[in-house]
Amino acid sequence: MSGTNTSPTHHTSTIGAIGAPSRRNTELALLAFAVVIPVFAYANVGLALNDSVPPGLLSYGLGLGLLAGVGHLVVRKFAPYADPLMLPLATLLNGLGLVAIWRLDQSKRLSNYAEAAPRQLLYSAMGVALLAVVLIFLKDHRVLQRYTYISMAGALFLLILPLVPGLGANIYGAKIWIKIPGLGTLQPGEFAKIALAVFFAGYLMVKRDALALASRRFMGLYLPRGRDLGPILVVWVISILILVFETDLGTSLLFFGMFVIMLYVATERTSWIVFGLLMSAVGAVGVASFEPHIQTRVQAWLDPMREFELSRAGVQDGVVHSEQAMQALWAFGSGGTLGTGLGQGNSDLIGFAANSDFILATFGEELGLAGVMAILLLYGLIIERGVRTALAARDPFGKLLAIGLSGAFGLQVFVVAGGVMGLIPLTGMTLPFVAYGGSSVIANWALIGILLRISDTARRPAPAPAGNPDAEMTQVVRPS
Amino acid sequence: MNKPLRRIAVFCGLLVLALLIRDNWIQYVQADELRTDKNNRRVTIERYASPRGDIIVDGKPITGSAETSGSDFKFKRTYKNGPMWAPVTGYASQAFGATQLESIEDGILTGNDDRLFFRNTLDMLTGKKQEGGNVVTTLNAAAQKAAYNGLKKQGGKGAVVALEPSTGKILSLASYPSYDPSSFAGNSTTTDTDAWQKLQKKNNPNDPMLNRALRETYPPGSTFKVVTAAAALEDGLYTDPDGKTDSPDPWIMKGTTTKLPNEGNIPCKNATLRVALQYSCNTVFGKIGSDLGNDKMLDMAKKFGFDEEQFTPVRANASVFSDDMNPSETALSSIGQFNTAATPLQMAMVASAVANDGKLMKPYMVEELQARSVDTIERTEPEELSQPLSPENAQKLQSMMETVVDKGTGSNAKIPGVTVGGKTGTAQHGVDNSENPYAWFISYAKGEDGSAPVAVAVVVEDDNAVRDDISGGGLAAPIARNVMEAVLKSKQ
Repeated sequence: MSGTNTSPTHHTSTIGAIGAPSRRNTELALLAFAVVIPVFAYANVGLALNDSVPPGLLSYGLGLGLLAGVGHLVVRKFAPYADPLMLPLATLLNGLGLVAIWRLDQSKRLSNYAEAAPRQLLYSAMGVALLAVVLIFLKDHRVLQRYTYISMAGALFLLILPLVPGLGANIYGAKIWIKIPGLGTLQPGEFAKIALAVFFAGYLMVKRDALALASRRFMGLYLPRGRDLGPILVVWVISILILVFETDLGTSLLFFGMFVIMLYVATERTSWIVFGLLMSAVGAVGVASFEPHIQTRVQAWLDPMREFELSRAGVQDGVVHSEQAMQALWAFGSGGTLGTGLGQGNSDLIGFAANSDFILATFGEELGLAGVMAILLLYGLIIERGVRTALAARDPFGKLLAIGLSGAFGLQVFVVAGGVMGLIPLTGMTLPFVAYGGSSVIANWALIGILLRISDTARRPAPAPAGNPDAEMTQVVRPS
Repeated sequence: MNKPLRRIAVFCGLLVLALLIRDNWIQYVQADELRTDKNNRRVTIERYASPRGDIIVDGKPITGSAETSGSDFKFKRTYKNGPMWAPVTGYASQAFGATQLESIEDGILTGNDDRLFFRNTLDMLTGKKQEGGNVVTTLNAAAQKAAYNGLKKQGGKGAVVALEPSTGKILSLASYPSYDPSSFAGNSTTTDTDAWQKLQKKNNPNDPMLNRALRETYPPGSTFKVVTAAAALEDGLYTDPDGKTDSPDPWIMKGTTTKLPNEGNIPCKNATLRVALQYSCNTVFGKIGSDLGNDKMLDMAKKFGFDEEQFTPVRANASVFSDDMNPSETALSSIGQFNTAATPLQMAMVASAVANDGKLMKPYMVEELQARSVDTIERTEPEELSQPLSPENAQKLQSMMETVVDKGTGSNAKIPGVTVGGKTGTAQHGVDNSENPYAWFISYAKGEDGSAPVAVAVVVEDDNAVRDDISGGGLAAPIARNVMEAVLKSKQ
């Protein structure tokens, strides 16, 4: 976009620096840390639990190293100018997640759940494979623009899947899983997230001028025309439908939030934010007024202790009472500032989903405030790199896609971490890369793959000037 | 397009900031509150993570700790000869909490007590695990054994309390039937819960977990006449144990037309205090109570510790002597009937005060609290509770009680070569006295130097014994004698 050229102070995020360093060696050095830190953590758990270095240390280290190595080589070959931080950050989080999952596998209290760490390693490998596929076959992210409406259809299909009788699985009240016989469960919503981002980006790129310009001014806000409200209303209705039929506040909030963010970026109209907030508030409150599952979640958020007592007393009143919210808070509180040390906490008291939705509590107890803040900052960095990619991208589709994906990533981290820490009501969502769950890991590696592709395109040195430079100038519609 | 992008960046930054603030809130500001929440299982896990300190009798632990398997509570309590010591220790169960001494001294036993803070910090720095301290009791193992075995042999419900009159040390504290606190010390939902359920009163009418020595009050019957005699001497109503009293027989209670009967054909008319106590004359002591009046009797009972809970430090129920009674009710109360009710500890305190020349010492069972390294943290010093009798009057009462054992109803408590004073009691209970009476015996034994090293109270309820057979002298006195002998022997 022309807009980026107007601000010379942001040269790092703009194009044009001929022969910009690829930073691939930086990435390799960071990756070494991203592999070594989890390996030490893994050894730490073994030493704390059994006073011995765990026998799987070598294969685990090699496995993680191999994933990082493959990721790095693919990036070096197919996306040499990609952001150097994203791959190490994702690898580190994935590695730490594996350690925490393995640590919870060792728990006696959770011994009736299947071992999760080997499967998670497999999922991670599949995720990195998907990242490679994205980087190898998606030479230019703008190709995705062609699939705008196919993406929409795909996303809707994925979202409807859990509601298909016989396929969907209701796990603890939320219907966001599908059962694949022999393979386990899948959360199609994780993949729908990416498809939806592609659709929104493609759609908004085309419609943004209409949405932005045709409006009336009222009390300092640009009010959109009635018919331009159509798309946001459709997305809103779909989000509400997700909330009602899949009873999943998190996914619903995530999709709607992502759309509002992208709409705002596309149109630069604050009014959309106001509309978005109003509509999500109306939707959430409206649905919560008749959906007992959502009401329970809100009650558990407001008074987790009461929910704990109801659960302990075995109260049967039609909804599932869970002590997990309180158990998670105790895990955080018991960890304190520095934590108990890996392997020495009791976060397995959370029980079901301790290694998926609630995995942050394990870090909270065993690595303490310090560890959780570090992990949150790692997420913050991934988001920051994503936003930076959006700033650097030269085309509006790339910008919108990058901000959509990183915004969704940020919202997901906020919704799940905030839920586990009791900042907002708990929703069934997985912490990207860290939590156990195939769909989440695979989809998020693909997400990183797309961001890497966009950033590679953005940071790649501009081809030799060719054609008429005025052609670009004529595209300026409006200064910003 | 970059301006909104930067705003979104700020927004995402705020989301992360909100998470960081929330994290600081729960992991720093609220951390202590969450960590120590009573429902937080980590609190109990920590509690059972190291062996519990021991309760010690005569230099030997009567408790222990055993490592468990298959539970996140690593150590559980064990008891040596649990049923015998249960009234002393109480229980400490992973599933059902702790009571009595185990609960009161929990801080020392777990090592969490503030007084151990410095030591714990030192241990933490040197890498040692926190260890619980010990509770050293005043109990006498031989006396406890004699008491428990006596009750067990007798077979009915009952309790024994023995005190050292000069200090108030509790030497024996037995209750029967009893229970083994080891049987439910763990947290198994099968074995421990089963054992616990079987001991509950609703499933076991014998109520084995009731600490009868401290927590059950019985009508003291004729043993209360010692208190009445003390009141008469202190008031000056009668000063000479061998002087005639003004006691008609039969005696019609003041304000009524009811005769107060004596048990059997005994010489109670104008009997001396000594004879009246020797034969346990209801008429004499009923009339003394009536003559002194409610206030004076209540005053004397309170001086002996009635109407007040005792903390040994394990709480003992308050014994009862009522106020606001008319003369006939006061008369009945003064022979240990009507509303009067006493714990076995209370009656041992009565015998102890008389034996200690009128000075009542506060009963206690914890000699000292120790850290694991056998350093003393706290030592209990004997404490005077009251002086119900002057030494002269106490000695008069002693000589009367010694006559009871020598020639009267308490002859079963005689120990060759030892001066023993005592008083029997047979208290009626139930509607129209339909239920079996309680057999009481309170006594003390004197050593060679004339001071009494032991005072004891025994109560036995027996559902099976023939009614006529029950009398303090028959059922309770032999147990008291064995306990006193055990104490005397251990003093040698």
